[in-house]
Amino acid sequence: MDWQAIWLSIRLAASTTAILVALGLPVAYWLTYSRRRWKFLVEALVALPLVLPPTVLGFYVLLAIGPRSPLGAVYSKLTGGMLPFSFQGLLLASVLYSFPFTVQPVAAAFAGVDRKLLEASWCLGVSRAATFRRVIVPLSLPGIATGAILSFAHTLGEFGVVLMVGGNIAGVTRTVSISIYDSVQALDYGAASATSLFLLCVSFAVLALTYALQRRIWAVWPIN
Amino acid sequence: MRCVAEGWFRTLPALALICGACAPRPAPQKLAIAAAADLNFALPEIARRYRAVDPTVELEIAYGSSGNFYAQIANRAPFDVFLSADVEYPRRLASAGTGPANSVFTYAVGRLVVWVPYGSPLEPATALQDLRVKHVAIANPQHAPYGRAAQAALRSLRLYQGVEPKLVFGENIAQTLQFVESGAADVGVVALSLALAPPVHNRGRYWEIPLEAYPRMEQGGIILKDSKAAREFRAFLLSAGGRRILKQYGFFVPGE
Repeated sequence: MDWQAIWLSIRLAASTTAILVALGLPVAYWLTYSRRRWKFLVEALVALPLVLPPTVLGFYVLLAIGPRSPLGAVYSKLTGGMLPFSFQGLLLASVLYSFPFTVQPVAAAFAGVDRKLLEASWCLGVSRAATFRRVIVPLSLPGIATGAILSFAHTLGEFGVVLMVGGNIAGVTRTVSISIYDSVQALDYGAASATSLFLLCVSFAVLALTYALQRRIWAVWPIN
Repeated sequence: MRCVAEGWFRTLPALALICGACAPRPAPQKLAIAAAADLNFALPEIARRYRAVDPTVELEIAYGSSGNFYAQIANRAPFDVFLSADVEYPRRLASAGTGPANSVFTYAVGRLVVWVPYGSPLEPATALQDLRVKHVAIANPQHAPYGRAAQAALRSLRLYQGVEPKLVFGENIAQTLQFVESGAADVGVVALSLALAPPVHNRGRYWEIPLEAYPRMEQGGIILKDSKAAREFRAFLLSAGGRRILKQYGFFVPGE
């Protein structure tokens, strides 16, 4: 079993989840409460990674972070490093790839919070930010947990995007799914099945945890 | 009512005529070929010439990684011919009892080049030693024959130690080229057949790695399902006409 790849995938999934929770909460808040007419365009954009083949996303990400792109040039000027074939580059791709997996359950949870409670809070003079922190977030915790867990699991199983932008460097971009693919390609079916079984068990445990969380409190995902 | 019936009877001979025109032409026989990714440009040309030789056979070609095809064929994927990027996979299939006896053949020898895109300040012949280089792309040596050859070449040119920390691995030789073409990697070791391919040849410069620097990359094939069409296609591939196209697209041919 390729422990180095497993550890890398876990680090990648955990970092991705942390960034996604920080980014996803404000975006979900905006998507839930904004009354902008063109909101549906943002909603479509957020959901895009759900339907795009990972190869498309990976292909664009590689072009977007390469040294010839503006983003790649700025990054290389700031840090002296390069995004492609680095952990940071993979992290960026994973955040994009798993974005809807955080935002959608969280937005659904926000939408389920009783509006009367929010209005009561505002009428009592509590600011919007404090209301968000003290009313909306605590009431939406199961949804936030679902979003975080799904993003973690989704990143753990990510393959196409990593294949396109990673460059397969041991300990840096060789994630567990790539390691399994390599083992199969090298006809090392023993190693492939050991790592696969591990991934299967972890994925099952994570999903079981998600559904258990939902069952205990209330269903926040999938949206009815 | 009468009119309708009359109209119908007038149509019938016309229908019979149409059917008659179709019937004598037999449906073209299909030959399914699994081909290594480095044949992506030579094989369509070979298929075009072959159609002129025998129009009754229609070639259906799938390109991909030889390792993938090996696993699929071992699990009875419905291909008639497998053109691998090395000779090991066809031999293994043959020794596992796939295909008719004596059906393994070698059809080409792969060549390696160091490739840099146009506009790069690097010189292909010295790019691997260049200190400005941050990433060197090769195909994955764990399963891609060109990756194994590239690794062997780097070792025998005594460049491996310097290059190893800069290595990134493409899933196959085409992705390796794409890494370099996109600018994400500075230089790559790819197949000459790719460097010469029409969409690529005016986008970069290359230096051919001397053949002595790596083990000879014999590309082998195997007939998986015996048929007249499969045997004739193999004969065409190995004929002077087939060999000329392979050479033109950057391969050596067996016996050279």
